[in-house]
Amino acid sequence: MKKHQPISTGSEWTFELIQRYDQEIARVAEHYGLDTYPNQIEIITSEQMMDAYSSVGMPLNYNHWSFGKQFVSTEQQYKRGQMGLAYEIVINSNPCISYLMEENTMTMQALVIAHACYGHNSFFKGNYLFRTWTDASAIIDYLLFAKNYIAKCEERHGVDAVEQMLDACHALMNYGVNRYLRPQPITPEEEKNRLLDREEYIQRHLNQLWNTIPKKDEIKEKKTPRFPKDPEENLLYFIEKNAPLLEPWQREIVRIVRKIAQYYYPQRQTQVMNEGWACFWHYTLLHHLHDEGLVTDGFIMEFLHSHTSVIYQPPFDSPYFSGINPYSLGYGMMRDIRRICENPTDEDRKWFPDIAGSDWNETLQHAMRNYKDESFILQYLSPHMIRELKLFTITDNSALSTLQISAIHDDEGYQKVRENLAASYNIGNREPNIQIYNVNIRGDRSLTLRHYMHNEQPLGDDTDEVLKHLHQLWGFDVHLESVSPDGQIVNERHCPPKPHAEEVA
Amino acid sequence: MSYIIDRRLNAKKKSTVNRQRFLRRYKKHIKRAVEEAVNSRSIRDIDQGGEVSIPNKDISEPVFHHGDGGIRQRVFPGNKEFVVGDEIKRPEGGGGGGSGQGQASNQGEGEDDFTFQINQEEFLDFMFEDLELPNMIKKQLRDATSFEVRRAGFTSVGSPDKLNVVRSLRAANARRIALSGKERRKIRELKAEIKTLEGLLPNQEAVLQIAALNEEIKALNRRIKRMPFIDEFDLKYNNLIRTPVPSSKAVMFCVMDVSGSMTQSIKDIAKRFFILLYLFLTRSYKKIEVVFVRHHTHAKEVDEEEFFYSRETGGTIVSSALNLSADIIHERYPPGDWNIYVAQASDGDNWDGDSHVCREILEQRILPLVQYFAYVEITTGPHQNLWLEYEQIREKFGETFAMQTIVEPSDIYPVFRKLFEKKE
Repeated sequence: MKKHQPISTGSEWTFELIQRYDQEIARVAEHYGLDTYPNQIEIITSEQMMDAYSSVGMPLNYNHWSFGKQFVSTEQQYKRGQMGLAYEIVINSNPCISYLMEENTMTMQALVIAHACYGHNSFFKGNYLFRTWTDASAIIDYLLFAKNYIAKCEERHGVDAVEQMLDACHALMNYGVNRYLRPQPITPEEEKNRLLDREEYIQRHLNQLWNTIPKKDEIKEKKTPRFPKDPEENLLYFIEKNAPLLEPWQREIVRIVRKIAQYYYPQRQTQVMNEGWACFWHYTLLHHLHDEGLVTDGFIMEFLHSHTSVIYQPPFDSPYFSGINPYSLGYGMMRDIRRICENPTDEDRKWFPDIAGSDWNETLQHAMRNYKDESFILQYLSPHMIRELKLFTITDNSALSTLQISAIHDDEGYQKVRENLAASYNIGNREPNIQIYNVNIRGDRSLTLRHYMHNEQPLGDDTDEVLKHLHQLWGFDVHLESVSPDGQIVNERHCPPKPHAEEVA
Repeated sequence: MSYIIDRRLNAKKKSTVNRQRFLRRYKKHIKRAVEEAVNSRSIRDIDQGGEVSIPNKDISEPVFHHGDGGIRQRVFPGNKEFVVGDEIKRPEGGGGGGSGQGQASNQGEGEDDFTFQINQEEFLDFMFEDLELPNMIKKQLRDATSFEVRRAGFTSVGSPDKLNVVRSLRAANARRIALSGKERRKIRELKAEIKTLEGLLPNQEAVLQIAALNEEIKALNRRIKRMPFIDEFDLKYNNLIRTPVPSSKAVMFCVMDVSGSMTQSIKDIAKRFFILLYLFLTRSYKKIEVVFVRHHTHAKEVDEEEFFYSRETGGTIVSSALNLSADIIHERYPPGDWNIYVAQASDGDNWDGDSHVCREILEQRILPLVQYFAYVEITTGPHQNLWLEYEQIREKFGETFAMQTIVEPSDIYPVFRKLFEKKE
């Protein structure tokens, strides 16, 4: 490779230098085949960064006290020096907006550009969840609409009424997402064709003999049909469409919160992959620049210093431990996949016969496009990685007085650790599975929800508060039944509380 | 291609509205914190911002989540000595120390309260919320005597010092364009003609005609040039008008008894009360003067230091201070220009025959001139004749006269609030 003059040697950044670095990084990214949205790089101050933090990373958002609370706590912690601000925020939009802080050194700006503008950006554009659930080119416009709409509602109906509405919706925000795409409803044309097909089928298979067999008397136990016919997991959607007493503007607010929740839904499921992908690429891209001689040794040392502190995983007994670091796990796995492709061991060949020795870039791109955290870990976490992180599983059964170590990094444990770790990233396991089960449409209009219990885990102590919010939205009584896998109702909650509920319990 | 945008000059404080929403929602908590701060702080930093703590349970946003119990499999990194089948003691708190599920609270662990800072202005806002200065509106309407000069567009007459250069030149330019329209049209026509003639070159006649036309254009251009660059007619002046402004000056009289019976702790209470009043006034008035009058048997106007810290002994004649205050108002603070507030603090002692005189002075010389007269009596004992006389005044002048008792420092703020409560 031909050696070049380094782009810069000092730590001060200028707009020209940022542009130079961006051009070079873009060139290298293209060399590796990263497909990205166009980039919009914005330089902001730390105060603006705090603003961005508190509106969940969005450049604009409607007003709500909870964002104020977030801001106050961020500001407080930042001023006391308890936490540093993130170097960057990146928004899944088209063009992809990334914020760079003015305090960063040139090296950090380059790192952030590689990480956010090419790493995250290509992930947003490529990953199937983002492609299914978010519309990058519309989000900013939608947020603008939402902000204006809610401001108008506040003018017309008062800040308090709107705030109450938003509080209630925020409480149910995680239950305002569609998890699966529904098929498009069929058109009358298709309907007619199907009917014809069916008739033809019956004609063809008509058998006079069989028709003479007397029919068994069906036990006609008429069950009152439930409404909705099938349980509904998108609680906010159900409320928006069916709550009897909501005004049109209130329904629109429910819809806004629901839409924004849906926009965040992919992010919540791809944290490990997204960060891992971005870290892998900033590492790869900047090292490529270093190999070409475009950045100095000092640059790469400073970069490595930040890089290693970002991907550090403290062990479980360290005072710094706060769960598994998604950067560390994601980056480690991406590197590991590359290793398996380039230098597979016998173990790798046994565990990953399909990717061992294949083209690493293609394999990584495939993984990035078609997986989420849960499936990614289940598919790609290798014994090598498990050994490296020394992962082990603890089984916490509240019926027993002690915790059990159920798997460690050995031959018997790999599969189990991998499954357990993947399961812990499954939103379906992490959050209680609560669905709308029935509405008493012929009686008191009360709404019944069912909590399908997972591993006998009960609901947390906030539940009654959430039910109050739900009750406010629905307008009539709300019941929540916890159901064990065998169909038994284990626990019931009511809002407003039933006086005899305690006797039952 | 990437766009690089410098947003550093964009509006900061995007979160101000959200922050205010937050403060609004937790008003009750903040008010309590402010009240405690006012009562416990030293005088000097009473107007600083303050720290507010709100219990986390009041502030949390509820969501459905799993509670403790059931069966969980958790994966941790950094195994050192465990092998399968090991049993370990459940850590304290049952939670198992961070499950690493990303949803962890960002307020840090083990903190029971959500604590944050409010700035000075917000602090004062909360401190003086729902309070008002009595009779202020009346005063403002009555005293529209002073004026303020404000800009109000442009005029075509005025003195040279108010000449607006930009507007004048713009008008001149417009005039020149308008008046030279005929000539410039002619020039355009001639130029077009030249163009057509140039097509005929090198016809001798065309050359001559072009020369003639060029000459004509030159003449026209000269005529345009002769148009005056600027004319009297173009001149525009800044228009300044005088608008009446309500008087925003206030004077505050601090009247205090310094006789032997006033101990330092009583004086401290009085001082805090005066400071609260001062802060309150600064929120409504741009300029405030403070007059300190202290008295035992004689009254004297003093500076702040002497007012609060020098001790004297002797009897008590309250009327002397009231007389002096009335004199000072008369000499220096004509009620037409000044909003006058008087705060009097005393332990209630007075020479027997004097209280009656006090009432007369107040009724005749002071109350008609002032916005508000607040009397606080700092005492634990029974009220004496001064209080009784003042009670009669309160009945007559309920609008402008108020009195309250303070027993201990924690009463100061509530009493202050009572004195300045909004009256419907």
